[in-house]
Amino acid sequence: MAEKKLTFEQAMGRLEEIVAQLESGDHPLEDALSLYEEGAKLMKQCTTLLDKAEQKVMKLRTDSSGELTEAPFAPKE
Amino acid sequence: MTEPISVTALNQYVKQLLDRDRLLSQVMVRSEISNYKVYPSGHHYFTLKDAESSVRCVMFRREAASLRFRPENGMKVIVSGRVSVFPRDGAYQLYCSRMVPDGVGELAFAFEQLKNKLYKEGLFDPAHKKPIPAFPHTIALVTSPAGAAVRDMIRILGARYPMAKVLVVPVRVQGEEAPEEICRGLDLVNACQLADLIITGRGGGSMEDLWAFNDERVAWAIYRSQIPVISAVGHEPDVTIADFVADLRASTPSNGAELAVPNQQDLRDTLAHWDARLQKSMDRHLQTRREKLGRLRTSPFLQSPLRGIQEKRLLLDYQQQRLAHAMENTVGEERRRLGRLAASLDALSPFKVLSRGYSITQTDDGSVVSEIRQVNPGDKLRVRVSDGTITCTAEGKEKHQWRKKS
Repeated sequence: MAEKKLTFEQAMGRLEEIVAQLESGDHPLEDALSLYEEGAKLMKQCTTLLDKAEQKVMKLRTDSSGELTEAPFAPKE
Repeated sequence: MTEPISVTALNQYVKQLLDRDRLLSQVMVRSEISNYKVYPSGHHYFTLKDAESSVRCVMFRREAASLRFRPENGMKVIVSGRVSVFPRDGAYQLYCSRMVPDGVGELAFAFEQLKNKLYKEGLFDPAHKKPIPAFPHTIALVTSPAGAAVRDMIRILGARYPMAKVLVVPVRVQGEEAPEEICRGLDLVNACQLADLIITGRGGGSMEDLWAFNDERVAWAIYRSQIPVISAVGHEPDVTIADFVADLRASTPSNGAELAVPNQQDLRDTLAHWDARLQKSMDRHLQTRREKLGRLRTSPFLQSPLRGIQEKRLLLDYQQQRLAHAMENTVGEERRRLGRLAASLDALSPFKVLSRGYSITQTDDGSVVSEIRQVNPGDKLRVRVSDGTITCTAEGKEKHQWRKKS
């Protein structure tokens, strides 16, 4: 279930689902545990994503051959 | 026209002529208002005049309701509507559908004109507006790479939601080339799927400076964008055509950046909140089970597993006792019955009479002697009395005269 490739949006969505499911109560203990585990993992994943996120700013430009490329962009004062 | 005709016919004829004229069916007039009157019916009547001429106008209640300002005598306005004849007095007048103030000049005029046109063409249709993604991956800024606007947007996007990649698509936002470049930028982001959200705009300036965003081509480019577009042009009060077409209107570029992404602090708060709920519900899960286990542990059976067996043993004993008791009763009863029978038997016993002096005589073979013919002299006889048997030998026999009653 805990797929590594979840986007932040999906992770948040799944997390919300898990919280609601756990709160609804009557899961067998095994299920509750694995839900909790998944939730904790997603929680960490989301937080890490937020923590590690570094703003990536690129500028689109056309190189000499007419190809579109991205280059780091630093706005000038 | 040789025949005289009626005034009504004349007026009708002129009216038809005017009504059929395409130019007159949709005209725009710039002029000054005089004689403005609102009738109790809700219709507005006034005259438009300039130095040389005047024309009577009416704006019906329905159209007048959409006026966003209060027309006053002397006010310069641009009025659009159709020209027709009022047959009662044979005067032609302007039937107004819209009126805007003319204070802001040519641009405002064009703005209104384009706005009306595009509105009619459905470019502002709320049904066409696309939702802004909750967590954009890449945000394309179709704007000038220089200036405060792009800096502000990048700064705010980074502070609020650094997970999103920001792609600056440099275009000119001012001057004759600007609309074309903005369109190309928008189309390019769409064609190459460079982003999942676009912000297009520029910082504040005069109406002329912002004009590229009132360009019809830009409006269409925004309209045909498959990727949601946020317009972020100028300052708070500036409204452009792009704002009407865009999926979301931001009041400024900074505001555009704020609307584009969630605030990471909010996200962290949400995560913390969910974390707390997750912990709590897990704790509750464990707690319920712990309690259940506790209850089980204190259950009488687990407390002393032998108790059940002991109880059964007691029960067994009890049953055994009952059985024995019942047996005893039965046996006792039988015994008593037997006693009673024995007593009766005893009472009936032939030996009983022996104690009273009677005796029983038996021959050798054990048969009881009751007649003399059974015995011959010399026969051995046994005489049974109450406490024993006497053995004797018959000496003789004599028949009694009396007969035994039979």
